[in-house]
Amino acid sequence: MMNSDTVYALSSGIGKAGIAVVRLSGSLARDVVVGMAGTLPMPRRASLRVIRNPKSAEIVDQGMVLWFPGPNSATGEDMAEFHLHGSSAAVAGVFDAFSTYKGVRPAEAGEFTRRAFANGCIDLVEAEGLADLLNARSSRQRQQALHHVMGEASSVYEEWRGRLLRVLARVEAAVDFVDEDGVAETALADVSIGIVDLAKNMSEALAQAERANAVREGIKIVLAGAPNTGKSSLLNALARREAAIVSPIPGTTRDVIEVAMEIEGMAVILTDTAGLRGETTDEIERMGIARSRQELRQADIVVWVSSPDIAGSAAVAEGVHASAMVVNKCDLLTKESGLLRNESPGTIEVSSRSGEGIADVIARLGELIRGKYGQTEGAVVVRNRQRQAIAESIRHLNDSLGHGARQLEVMAEDLRKAAHALGRVTGRIDVEDLLAAIFSEFCIGK
Amino acid sequence: MENKFDVIVVGGGHAGVEAASAAARSGARTALITHRFETIGEMSCNPAIGGLGKGHLVREIDALDGVMGRVADGAGIQFRLLNRSKGPAVRGPRAQADRKLYRRAMQTAMRDCAGLAIVEGTVQSLIVDGGRVGGIVTEDGWQFSCGAVVLTTGTFLNGLIHIGEKKIPAGRIGEAPATGISAQLAAAGLALGRLKTGTPARLDGRSIAWEGLEEQPGDQEPVPFSLMTDRISTAQISCFITHTTDATHRVIAENLHRSPMYSGQIEGVGPRYCPSIEDKIHRFRDKSSHQIFLEPEGLDDHMVYPNGISTSLPEDVQNRFIRTIPGLGDVVILRPGYAIEYDYVDPRELFASLEVKALPNLFLAGQINGTTGYEEAAAQGLIAGLNAARKAGQQSAITFDRAQGYLGVMIDDLVTRGVSEPYRMFTSRAEYRLTLRADNADERLTPLGIQLGVVSAARAQRFTARQDMVQHARTMANELGLTSSQAAKAGLKVNQDGQRRTALDLIAMPEVGLQRVKSIWPQFSELPGFALQALEADALYAGYIDRQEADIRALRKEEQLSLSSGLDYTAIPSLSAELRQKLGRVRPATLGQAARIDGMTPAALAALLGHVKRRERREIA
Repeated sequence: MMNSDTVYALSSGIGKAGIAVVRLSGSLARDVVVGMAGTLPMPRRASLRVIRNPKSAEIVDQGMVLWFPGPNSATGEDMAEFHLHGSSAAVAGVFDAFSTYKGVRPAEAGEFTRRAFANGCIDLVEAEGLADLLNARSSRQRQQALHHVMGEASSVYEEWRGRLLRVLARVEAAVDFVDEDGVAETALADVSIGIVDLAKNMSEALAQAERANAVREGIKIVLAGAPNTGKSSLLNALARREAAIVSPIPGTTRDVIEVAMEIEGMAVILTDTAGLRGETTDEIERMGIARSRQELRQADIVVWVSSPDIAGSAAVAEGVHASAMVVNKCDLLTKESGLLRNESPGTIEVSSRSGEGIADVIARLGELIRGKYGQTEGAVVVRNRQRQAIAESIRHLNDSLGHGARQLEVMAEDLRKAAHALGRVTGRIDVEDLLAAIFSEFCIGK
Repeated sequence: MENKFDVIVVGGGHAGVEAASAAARSGARTALITHRFETIGEMSCNPAIGGLGKGHLVREIDALDGVMGRVADGAGIQFRLLNRSKGPAVRGPRAQADRKLYRRAMQTAMRDCAGLAIVEGTVQSLIVDGGRVGGIVTEDGWQFSCGAVVLTTGTFLNGLIHIGEKKIPAGRIGEAPATGISAQLAAAGLALGRLKTGTPARLDGRSIAWEGLEEQPGDQEPVPFSLMTDRISTAQISCFITHTTDATHRVIAENLHRSPMYSGQIEGVGPRYCPSIEDKIHRFRDKSSHQIFLEPEGLDDHMVYPNGISTSLPEDVQNRFIRTIPGLGDVVILRPGYAIEYDYVDPRELFASLEVKALPNLFLAGQINGTTGYEEAAAQGLIAGLNAARKAGQQSAITFDRAQGYLGVMIDDLVTRGVSEPYRMFTSRAEYRLTLRADNADERLTPLGIQLGVVSAARAQRFTARQDMVQHARTMANELGLTSSQAAKAGLKVNQDGQRRTALDLIAMPEVGLQRVKSIWPQFSELPGFALQALEADALYAGYIDRQEADIRALRKEEQLSLSSGLDYTAIPSLSAELRQKLGRVRPATLGQAARIDGMTPAALAALLGHVKRRERREIA
């Protein structure tokens, strides 16, 4: 529904593309642009900007920023467009940055259209309305449409919807039919456990969705380590060893290298990052490190690369969660060198130069991928908007458990919000559905 | 007899009296036409007012200076605040009423109402001139002209009573139905439907074995409905509870085929929440017993209303099954239970002012709009009366939105979604339930009533004094406070975070609460109960209320986008045929209302709005 929030959405298609266009509309658009791109660009002129996360000041991407002050914009409100590099990491980074603003949220289905219509900006809207029309569902057609669009997923959503409806019906019955024989006593019997179970199932599905998403977009494996531990040569060695290289993509604006390859039949994006070093006075290097950190945050698997000739490189940098430890340049470990072996269990020794140990690294990565992503079939939460709605629903479900029976109406309020959020995916839970659930379960009426 | 009025109200039930009173309070010269003066304020079904959702409506009627609350306070013989142990948003005042006292108090209120004439008569037809309603004609040939008519005919439109195989055309037992008006409404093209409701047999209390039955006393301190009632002075009594038995169920099950509901004689749809006893037994077969409340109909009345066994079974079956119930073994049945079928007008034929779209100057209120219940009828009566007076005086309509009150929720539900069974209010229907409380009905609505000129000076004065006191309490609760160390010294368990907490924050903390706050600051003990209640509600729902207010702002924004009533929905190709038909039927007044139509999607709404804006642009060009 319409309100004063500022909303954003990815306006270009989902998936790999040359550029990604993110649009933002609402009263906070100006603040967001200034906060993330430094200053407000000239209205309707493309300006090249470094885009930062306003909270961490980290660089998210570099790209074109356009500013459309209302009312002469597509929605009639203040609007901005961010033209980013077409990687999901850049888009995710920008979305992350948006989410640091209170009052800025992802747009709901058709919301740009609705705002545009509401503000009388008809022409542009006609052009863009089509996609939203295609996505929309009426509650009557809900089930068929869900099934059509999402196949098996729809039955899972239906099941959640049914369970939430039953829980809500029981709480509402205990509020509204307190005077009825036995209703209040029996209605609340299994409510808490029902809520806990539902929240648990939904959370599991959400986690599975994150994994499925990773599988679809390519599992991101990041090589990290101190400078000069030989990460780039390791990347090359891994890529060369593997026959299924698709293409080496040198980052155009970033000093990270991405290689798409396949391990265990799964698409993998192997990424090399700038070496992490605690202190540096070099501005360029500092920017490189900031980017490395961002890559690491978005990584599915982090490989920590050390080298015997770099003192202290075996220690994993703070805040990095490494799933594999690799000691590179093991060819240096000759008797003459006097360098010490890293004897930590699980450490893989490789030599990018001789190729020794490369197969072990591939095998280890294969194991990790199997363990983490082997079970993604039947993932039901697919789209970003669905994820958002389900996460919100789970949050309200959890909130609802914090109130005692004395505050049943507050518990009901949280459950109504949970139902509203889930309703954005499944079609709304109407009061008539609720009453039907109450009257079919309880014999009510005098 | 004078035969020219501003407003004529047809019917003296719960909708009619509020409509007549509201029209007269608005300054319109008003006539109330009813069959007999003695039946004004009759409680045809159970002798009780209020409850959950319904009690909220009574408080809202009262906040606009309607009569129901005051009359119920005068006639109430057992008051109970339902959900007392829960939060204020879902507490519902309810009272058993003495039927005779209720009737008398209501008749007095009507007689004392300035600007209201009461006419005994039966309305035969409406005077329609050039498509507009301009008066009524009675059976004995009298013509009355007026600026607006309010029809509140309850179950009288083509009313048909069923008792087993017996069918009796009637509006209530022993009263003739109205047949002419129905035909006239249908001829004007209004969609009519058929609904059903029922009532149990009435018992002679002297023949009931009361001893051994579970007693249900009223509240120790009765909470009145009306702001204008200082205390309840009528004597208070108890109700008693009994149950159906296996034998009861056996008798009913064996005779189910003789119930007109099951033999197919009744075509009207009954309410799911008020099923007959044969329905309950048929649908919930595993429930071996159903509760029955034995409610005395008055202090000096032997008649008892057995709440829970409404039925349309034949009299002989009623006699048999009732006598299987504990305490009723030798009971004398004074009047059999019955089901009644009646015509209603699809409420989607109405504007939110309750004026009929196709028949200007005609307003409908109560069961004729597909609702059930005294309170639902009264609330509609008030709004119809108010708007009829405004129409007659050529003033703009007053409508209530879903955030203003339960009356707004009800009317929006009716005119937007129509009904598929008799509509009854529940708190579940209110999306802003935490905001729409029985305790703040006056705060929500009385200022509007004052502005409209329908609130007496005495009430306005009392309301203002009360609000000043609540404001004073709120200021106090926000200004007084303790730092975390001060709180610890006072023996309160709070985090030692260096934060200062206001008295309101402390009231909101379950481990502190109002009682402790009173002991820390004795000045809170000097506040009246209603001010403390307001603080408790503020504290309890803090955060939630803020979010509801944000939702309400969003709602109001959509309500501001008005849609022309002449819109041709068939000309919007991107809408489904089903939606085009629904939109054409409801003719929503605003985009917000359109959004609430069953089956509406965001995309369809966008297409609708696009169509409207394009049309507007063409009209400007």
